[in-house]
Amino acid sequence: MYAQMVKTARVGVKPRDEMTEQERAFQDRVDANEKIEPKDWMPDDYRRTLIRQIGQHAHSEVVGQLPEGNWITRAPTLERKAILLAKVQDEAGHGLYLYSAAETLGVSRDELIELLHQGKMKYSSIFNYPTLTWADVGAIGWLVDGAAIMNQVHLQRTSYGPYARAMVRICKEESFHQRQGYDIMMKMAFGTPEQKAMAQDALNRFWYPSLMMFGPPDQDSVHTAQSMAWKIKVATNDELRQKFVDQTVPQIEYLGLTCPDPDIRLNEETGHFDFTPPDWSEFFAVLKGNGPCNKDRLKARITAWEDGAWVREGMLAHARKKAAATAAAE
Amino acid sequence: MTANVMAVEGNTLFNWLLRLGDNTLVLSHRVSEWCGHAPVLEEDIALANTALDLIGQTQMWLGLAGEVEGKGRDADALAYLRDAWDFRNLLLVERPNGDFGHTMMRQFLFDAWQNVLLNRLKDSTDPRVADIAEKAAKEAAYHLDRSRGTVIALGDGTEESHARMQAALDALWDYVGEMFLDDDVDRAIADADVGPLPSSLRDAWDGIVNATLNEATLTRPDSDFAQTGGKTGRHTEDLGYILAEMQFLQRAYPGATW
Ligand SMILES: [Fe+2]
Ligand SMILES: [Fe+2]
Ligand SMILES: [Fe+2]
Repeated sequence: MYAQMVKTARVGVKPRDEMTEQERAFQDRVDANEKIEPKDWMPDDYRRTLIRQIGQHAHSEVVGQLPEGNWITRAPTLERKAILLAKVQDEAGHGLYLYSAAETLGVSRDELIELLHQGKMKYSSIFNYPTLTWADVGAIGWLVDGAAIMNQVHLQRTSYGPYARAMVRICKEESFHQRQGYDIMMKMAFGTPEQKAMAQDALNRFWYPSLMMFGPPDQDSVHTAQSMAWKIKVATNDELRQKFVDQTVPQIEYLGLTCPDPDIRLNEETGHFDFTPPDWSEFFAVLKGNGPCNKDRLKARITAWEDGAWVREGMLAHARKKAAATAAAE
Repeated sequence: MTANVMAVEGNTLFNWLLRLGDNTLVLSHRVSEWCGHAPVLEEDIALANTALDLIGQTQMWLGLAGEVEGKGRDADALAYLRDAWDFRNLLLVERPNGDFGHTMMRQFLFDAWQNVLLNRLKDSTDPRVADIAEKAAKEAAYHLDRSRGTVIALGDGTEESHARMQAALDALWDYVGEMFLDDDVDRAIADADVGPLPSSLRDAWDGIVNATLNEATLTRPDSDFAQTGGKTGRHTEDLGYILAEMQFLQRAYPGATW
């Protein structure tokens, strides 16, 4: 998912008898599956948590342009190039919807971007891994968009109206991305020996980072309970991770590829696949900034923002002049 | 097929179609280099959209070129398996991106030209050409709308944005003249009423460009000097690098399907 380790603004679920009357009324609405809208009263902690979560999600869409954008100029056919361009364009659009949803909570897009650039807000750990071959573009669509959908399908039912509605639009496009990613993987896995090797290599590198996308294990996830009570989070990290593994293993088999986890196997009793958890120390290192591409990704975004300052200022100055001229003419 | 189309020799038509398809292919490549690096998110989206439209047009022009050539080459074969000297695009579209102002000025100069051209191609005696022009003209009009608006806003905006836009215009001006140059291929195409003579596009282009520069408070460079060669396969050093990148997978893994 694109929001990991979102700190709930408080630890533990606030017990009902400690709630104010307003808070109780709010919780009742959430429990009754009513949507909370921007003008409605909401607890400050709810607002702050949502801003973190939606902001992190928005940043992920924007930074997520980079690893795939890396292959647009090298896409192997005109059709693949067009599909990839359309996908990356969608991701930027998702960023826009999500920043707009965050803005309804009283924070501007520029403020959020500033926080990202200062390292005070995060984006999904997955985008700190490099795309080394064309198969990585397939693996990202298949696994990364696939993991994102797992989470986002649930978020269509989240309690905050603007966020839920953004998710409905986003989910439609994400499932398209996943299909296209898998289509690339099929071409590679069933292609020449070199192509198949690229596909296997991409799976090897993206498997565990994809599992990390769902965030740390539930036992270490101190923020889950309150977020779930607020319906900002609708399923736990481990539930989603399991669902993802169960869905993906047969797809790996269909491709004729080998899962990099040697211990993965179907548990006859549970009906689920048992799997080796990712190396959580790697996950925390990446979150802290020590992944393969953290510095490059952030630098690319900061450079784009700083190099673009004169453009934004120029556009604004022109708009002001025009508005002034219109006002003077009236 | 009309009698007129028959009058154009196949190789001439092929070469002329390559010019159209190579322009959109190479410009799309340049524009797509911006992906994820634009000044605002809205521009990331708009630039990706432009690059995408141009790829679609490339598929149509090069697809038709391959058909006309009749040697079994499709649009991909033409895009990915020719070397630089066989490319027929204008030098303008292979110029490096520079800053955002530079990119948008290049886009504007091209869009203005492409609009005038496509509107004339809608009347082509070759229905296949007219058909593609009809489809591409809508996108091209939208592109012009945007690039023109950007040139005006940034030309008029701040002192810095004005200076950058003027610098971009001055730097790109040498590459304008080639758009209006007539050669034997163009004359044969024009004789058959398949397409207009490039020189006949100049007045309409001047009209768009002068009005825009005026509104943008930019000064049209006072020079007629034109860098040329793209239309006959003599390119700048930049094209080789574009192709090395674009064609890498097709060259490294010949015969693979993707
Ligand atoms: Fe997305
Ligand atoms: Fe995504
Ligand atoms: Fe996506």
